[in-house]
Amino acid sequence: MSWLASTRVVGAAFNLNHPAHTVDWHFIHLSVANVVVIGLMLVVFALAILLPFPGAAKRREASK
Amino acid sequence: MSAPAATPPSGAATEGDPRSWTVKLRRRAVAALPPEKLLPDGQPTYVASWIYVFGVASIASLIVVIASGCILTLKGPAWWHFTSVGHFFNSIHLWSVELFFFVMVVHLWGKYWMAAWRGGRARVWITGAIVFLVAIPAALTGYVSQQNFDAQWISTQAKDAMNSVGIGAFFNLTNFGQMYSYHVLLLPVAVVVLVSAHVLLVRRHGVVPPIELDKKLPARAGGSGPAAAPEPPPEPSPSPEPTA
Amino acid sequence: MSPRRPRDDTRPWAGGYYPYDLVKELCIATGVIGLLAVLLTILFSSPDDRPSTVAQWSRSLPVNFLATAAKELNGTSDTAEYGPPYNHNGEGQQAWILKPQKWLGVSHPIDTAQAYVIEPLRTVTGDPTLASALARYRAAPEQTKKAWATAYAKPLEEYEAAKEEEKPLPRTVAEQRGTGRVIVTAPGSGPVPTMMEGLVSLAQSGGLEGSLLTSRQFFQTDYTKPLLLMADGGLLEERAQAQHLLGEQWGLMNETGSYPGQPWLWLYALWYQVEPFKASENADILVMLVMGVLSLAFIVVPFIPVINRIPRWIPIYRLIWREHYAAAAGGGGGGGGGDASPR
Repeated sequence: MSWLASTRVVGAAFNLNHPAHTVDWHFIHLSVANVVVIGLMLVVFALAILLPFPGAAKRREASK
Repeated sequence: MSAPAATPPSGAATEGDPRSWTVKLRRRAVAALPPEKLLPDGQPTYVASWIYVFGVASIASLIVVIASGCILTLKGPAWWHFTSVGHFFNSIHLWSVELFFFVMVVHLWGKYWMAAWRGGRARVWITGAIVFLVAIPAALTGYVSQQNFDAQWISTQAKDAMNSVGIGAFFNLTNFGQMYSYHVLLLPVAVVVLVSAHVLLVRRHGVVPPIELDKKLPARAGGSGPAAAPEPPPEPSPSPEPTA
Repeated sequence: MSPRRPRDDTRPWAGGYYPYDLVKELCIATGVIGLLAVLLTILFSSPDDRPSTVAQWSRSLPVNFLATAAKELNGTSDTAEYGPPYNHNGEGQQAWILKPQKWLGVSHPIDTAQAYVIEPLRTVTGDPTLASALARYRAAPEQTKKAWATAYAKPLEEYEAAKEEEKPLPRTVAEQRGTGRVIVTAPGSGPVPTMMEGLVSLAQSGGLEGSLLTSRQFFQTDYTKPLLLMADGGLLEERAQAQHLLGEQWGLMNETGSYPGQPWLWLYALWYQVEPFKASENADILVMLVMGVLSLAFIVVPFIPVINRIPRWIPIYRLIWREHYAAAAGGGGGGGGGDASPR
């Protein structure tokens, strides 16, 4: 199909201009890219809560 | 008029003719948000988690979205299809939008699990929720303004949803000129106004304090923050809350 | 205190403050996000699939183009039967007594026979055969016009159906390879075959979409007419299916290619996959109503019972504020404020 040749890739290290792979489960069909984004959001949320935040010494000082 | 003509020196924000609308507005603004509250140089000691940076990350993403969008408008909507520089800035615009939604949703998750509407902060939650909901048509109008296959498909499909609720008559996704106007002007203005209201409310009420674990922990007076209120504030009600 | 209503005992903070540079934080955040956006751009760029044109469609799928044009002429295409805001030929969607599509009326009128066939053909000059066929059609009574158009559409619809079901193709439609010309055997179709041959030529030359776009005025930014015509046909759908953009493919969450799309639309997309929305003719209005209600609920979460208590029951907050709790337990330090004990 000629329209497949009508995509343009400009200076990308990785070419994402091909039909997506999907993650399929029952009636759920999500693109791999979207699953990666959602997964990253959950990971980032967990890290944001768990990782120590700088400035603990200043906060201890202010609490005295 | 008996008010002095010259601008008063600092400290005189409360002076001036009380009949003057300018003076009234200034007094209300300064009372609600004195400079040290508008731009505080300190935060409560419980602000001690990376989750707190996702609000400012959302604002930062919005700045990059708007900046890259402004560059795209410099040469018109067709530019980015035909030059590498145009495509470069279009890519930045697309990825900064993805980042905007990414950090905004993580910010939303954090604020939900903190129950950040407590202590008279319901309007902070409300304005934040509305920002998210307005950002969605802001993005949609962008997608249908791309003038490529994606725009053709999205506009011809999403029009059914708009038509089904009767707004397709006024908000025509297949009308490029209209969609581009909404995307470049109306909806970004709405988002910026709502974000500003949201941030000003946060500055007004302060970052929400922690949920206390042990009911025996005393509420301490003193410290550099405002004094504790003698009575706990009433439970949030559907009517607008009294000002703090 | 009513035991039924939980109290919000959050008090203003009376404890310590530590230096925190908000402006520097914003500048750093903007720099980090900007760099991330540039990095993602360098790594992945962005998609830009070229738009389909009516010319391409009529050349690559001439039978589909003709079948669509025939349906526009006899009033059986999706646009022709859509109803408001384009015409009165359909009721539109409804949810119980709510019929906003019908109530808001026809604001963007499109008579598909006129807009997509008659008016464009009237712009063609230098073809007396076409001109006389068009004159004959326009002079005929409405019933005759409809009969001719339907007679022409019938073999094309049968051909398309057979192709989709992978059955032997009827011989009433013959596609000439090389020229892309389609010969339709349709007895009782009057001047319509001549008109349609003229329309295909106009489309393949690129004149049709120009005619559709600027039919009312020179400057135009409203692509509704050519887009609806293309959406009535099969080319856009064929491309969309290959790119996982169809409704049943959760398409409204997706971008072309393998790029991330709009994951924040997951809940909106989900309703279309489940009953009663999936098979409903009123799926769009039903889903919009559900999402409208949920959006309002999202806005007023602070006031919704149970929902506004879940953060206390599932104490993720203990992780977020663990330093504060440790400091408070470790000597009564860390200041006060926050929730007081319920009285």
